[in-house]
Amino acid sequence: MNTPSAPFSWIKPAKWGVQIVPADTWIDPSRAVDRALVTHGHADHARGGHGETVATPETLAIMALRYNTREGAVPVQYGETIRLRGGVDATFIPAGHVLGSAQILLEHAGERVVITGDYKRRADPTCAPFEVTPCDVFITEATFGLPVFAHPPIADEMAKLLTALAHQGEGSVLVGAYALGKAQRVIAELRTAGHSQTIYLHGAMEKMCRLYEEHGVELGDLKLVADHTKGEIRGSIIIAPPSALRGTWSRRLPDPATAMASGWMRVRGRARQRGVELPLIISDHADWNELTQTIIDVGPAETWITHGREEALLRWCELNQRRARALAMVGRDEDGGQDGE
Amino acid sequence: MKAFSALLDTVVYTSSRNRKLALIADYLRAAPDPDRGWALAALTGELDFPGVKSSTIRNLMKERVDPILWTLSRDFVGDTAETASMLWPSAAAEAEEDAEPASLSETVDALAHLTRVTAPKELSKLLDRLDANGRYALIKLATGGMRIGVSARLAKTAFAQAFDVSVEAVEEYWHALDAPYAELFAWAADGGAPPDIANRPHFRPFMLAHPLEEAEVNLTDYAAEWKWDGIRVQIVKTGDQTRLYSRSGDDISASFPELLDALPMDGVLDGELLVRGTAQGGGAASFNALQQRLGRKKVSKKMLAEAPAFVRLYDALLIEGEDLRELTWTDRRTALEGLMPRLPAAQFDLSALVAARDFAGLAKIREGTREDAIEGLMLKRRDSPYIAGRKTGLWYKWKRDPLLIDCVLMYAQRGSGRRSSFYSDYTFGCWNGDPEEGAELLPVGKAYSGFTDAELKKLDKLVRQTTLNRFGPVREVERTLVFEVAFDSVHTSKRHKSGLAMRFPRIHRIRWDKPVHEADRIESLRALIRD
Repeated sequence: MNTPSAPFSWIKPAKWGVQIVPADTWIDPSRAVDRALVTHGHADHARGGHGETVATPETLAIMALRYNTREGAVPVQYGETIRLRGGVDATFIPAGHVLGSAQILLEHAGERVVITGDYKRRADPTCAPFEVTPCDVFITEATFGLPVFAHPPIADEMAKLLTALAHQGEGSVLVGAYALGKAQRVIAELRTAGHSQTIYLHGAMEKMCRLYEEHGVELGDLKLVADHTKGEIRGSIIIAPPSALRGTWSRRLPDPATAMASGWMRVRGRARQRGVELPLIISDHADWNELTQTIIDVGPAETWITHGREEALLRWCELNQRRARALAMVGRDEDGGQDGE
Repeated sequence: MKAFSALLDTVVYTSSRNRKLALIADYLRAAPDPDRGWALAALTGELDFPGVKSSTIRNLMKERVDPILWTLSRDFVGDTAETASMLWPSAAAEAEEDAEPASLSETVDALAHLTRVTAPKELSKLLDRLDANGRYALIKLATGGMRIGVSARLAKTAFAQAFDVSVEAVEEYWHALDAPYAELFAWAADGGAPPDIANRPHFRPFMLAHPLEEAEVNLTDYAAEWKWDGIRVQIVKTGDQTRLYSRSGDDISASFPELLDALPMDGVLDGELLVRGTAQGGGAASFNALQQRLGRKKVSKKMLAEAPAFVRLYDALLIEGEDLRELTWTDRRTALEGLMPRLPAAQFDLSALVAARDFAGLAKIREGTREDAIEGLMLKRRDSPYIAGRKTGLWYKWKRDPLLIDCVLMYAQRGSGRRSSFYSDYTFGCWNGDPEEGAELLPVGKAYSGFTDAELKKLDKLVRQTTLNRFGPVREVERTLVFEVAFDSVHTSKRHKSGLAMRFPRIHRIRWDKPVHEADRIESLRALIRD
C-alpha cells in the first residue's frame, strides 16, 4: 500500500510537545524523550534527561547551567540545516526571545513547518533578531494573545525606571525580572539608556549574567548584593527574581521601591497582586500586534497556536479568514502564571 | 481630570496605607473647588450617574472591537473600565489632540446630564479627548465602584489628615451633606463654620460588633441580647421627615412606607428590621420572608398586609434632641425602655435581653438558637458609650455554629480586581442519589471565601489542570475535589435546579483527601431547611 499521507500528518502535536513522527523526535517536550529539539532555555520548553538534545550552542550552554544537561548535546548554529531520520530537515532560525532562542523550520515531503517557540519582534541587545520565515504551517505561541496587550517602547519603561531611581534618593529600586533573559535585557537596556552605575544582583542572577557576558553581551559593572552593605547599595538599581520581591531577602536593601519587569504589568490587577509599585511593561514575548503582524508577514496556509490565550488569536484568524487551530498543550506557563513569563 | 486620573493611577499601585493617605491628602489640598469635592465623592463611592451603566460601556466597546475579543479581554483583565481604556481606539484621540481635556467638575457635570439615550454618544466624545489613563478614570467615575484599594473610610481619613480635623467629626457630618461637599471643605480647609446639619435627617454610622471567637465574657460586665436574623436599620425622624437607613447608610425608606409616619417624636433609633411571621421568636418571620420586601421601589397593598415590617429596637442614639451616645449602654437602654410605651406596637417592639446565670448558661441558650431560627447572641458592654465603627471589646456577636456539608467542586469562575486571573469563585454540588448507582451532582451553592492566598493558588492550579469545558469566564472542572462548606442556613428556592439556596456559604475546609463519592447528598441538605 502506498497511499499518500495526509498533509502535515508527519508533524503531530501532543499534550506534552510536538512530535516529528518520521524522525521520532520531539520539539520542547515536557517529559524526557530519546531525541529532542529545544527552542530555548526556559524551563517550560527545556528540561534535562533527554537522550539527545539538539539546540543552539547558547541554549545548550544555558541548559548545562540550569539542568545540568551535558550528555547528548548536539549544537546547531543559526541557519544551519541538519537532517533528521525519516528525511526531515531542521533549521534553527533566530526567534529574538532570549539568548540562543530559535524558531525551528522543518521541511519534509515538500512541506514547510515553522515552530516559533517563544518570540518577539522588538530589538533586543542580548539576542539575535527574529527572522520571518515563509512556511505552510506556522506554529506560534500566544502568551500575550489578547488585544489589551500592547508593550510600550522599552525606552519609555527605562525612563520610568530611571526617574523612579532619581526620586528614591538614598533609597533604591528593586526590579523583579526573570533570571534568564529578562534580567540581562533590562541591564543592557539600562546601559543603552546611559545608566553606567553599578547594578546589584540577587545571587540567583549571577551565573546567568556571566554566561551572557561570555557570549559577548556587555552588561557593565555588576555586583552581588550579598557582598555589599546597605550603605553601599544606596541609590542603586537591584535586580532579583520575581520570587524575591515579597520575601525577607529584600529587607537588606535600602528603602527599596518595588518594580517588576513583565508584560503582565500592563494589567493593573496583576501588579497589585504582586504588590508592585512600579510596573515596567517589558516582555520578551510578542504582544498582540506583533503576533498578528507576524502571521501576516509569514503568510502561512495554516496557523497552529500552542500556548497562551489561544482563543483570542484563533478569533483574530477567523475574522481575517486565516485557517487556524489551537493545540492544547500542558506545562506551558498558562496565564503567565506566578513567575513572570 | 488630569490630576485626578494621575491620582488614581498612583494610588492603584500603592499598597502602603500611609502612602495612600498621603497621596489622597496631597491631592485634596492641591485641587481646586469643586473638583476636590467630586474626587472625594468618587473615592467614597457616593457618585451615581443613572444614565451610565456598565452595559453602556460594554455596548460602546462592542461597536468598536469584535465582541468576542472584547469579552475574552474583559474576562482576562477582570475590570471593565481598565479593559475599555486599553481597547478604546486611539486614532480618534489623536485627531482631537488639540481639544483641552475637561476638568473633573466639567466631566461630572456632563455625566450627570446623560440619559440612557444620550450616554453612548456623549461618552464617546469624552473618551476621545482622553489618553488611556484618563479613559480609565472617566469610566471608573461614570460607572462607580472604583476598586482601587481605597475604602470610603480611608478616603475620609485622608480628608481629615489633609486638613487636620478629626475623622469622627467628618463621619458625623458626612451623611447630612451631598457632593461636592462645599460646606465640609469650607469648614475643614478654609476655616469656616462647621456645617449646620441639625435640621436634616441623616444617617449616623453604626456601632458594630466583633465576632466573639474563643473569648469568654463576664455577664456582670456584658448584657446579652438575641441576634435577630433580619437587617440592621437606623430609623431617623427630624421634624416631619422620617428616613430608614440600612447598615451601609443607604436610604431604604421607599421600600417600607408603613414605618415612615410611625414615630411620634424626633429621634434616631437602632434596631433590626423584620417582617411579621412565626419562624423567629416574638412574631418575626425568617430572613427569607424579609428578603421578598427588600429593594422594592413600590410596595403592593397585598405585600403590606401579608408581610408587614417592624423594627425590633435595641438602642437609642438621639431622643427628642438629646444625644444619648455618650451615655452608657445601661442608661441608653433605660431611655429606650422608657420610650417604648409611646411607640406604636405594630411597628416597634423591644429586643428582649437574654437572662443567664453565667457564661456557661448563656452558651447553653446559644445552642438552642438554631431551632428558633435566631442567628445567635449579641453581647454588649454595659458601661460603653455608642461609638461608631468596630471598637474592640465593646460589642460582640456570638453567632450559632454554622452548618457544614461536604460538596463537590463543579465550576470555577475568575475573580475580579486583586483576584483577576485567579479562578476564585467556586460552584459546588451535592449528589441527587447514590453516586455508586449513577447519581448526578446538582449545584447547591457558590462560595468565594474561606481559603488562604496559598490555597487559592493551589485551587487555581487544580481548576486549570482539570478543566473539562470553558464557558467564557467559567470553567467546568472534573469532579475531583470535596469542599467542606459552612453556611448559616438553607432555604427552598425556585432559582436553583436543586430547589435549595444556602445563606452565607463559604469554604470551611478543603478536603484534598476525601473521595468525591463520599460527599453529601441533596437530601441531607434538604433536611436542614427551617423555613
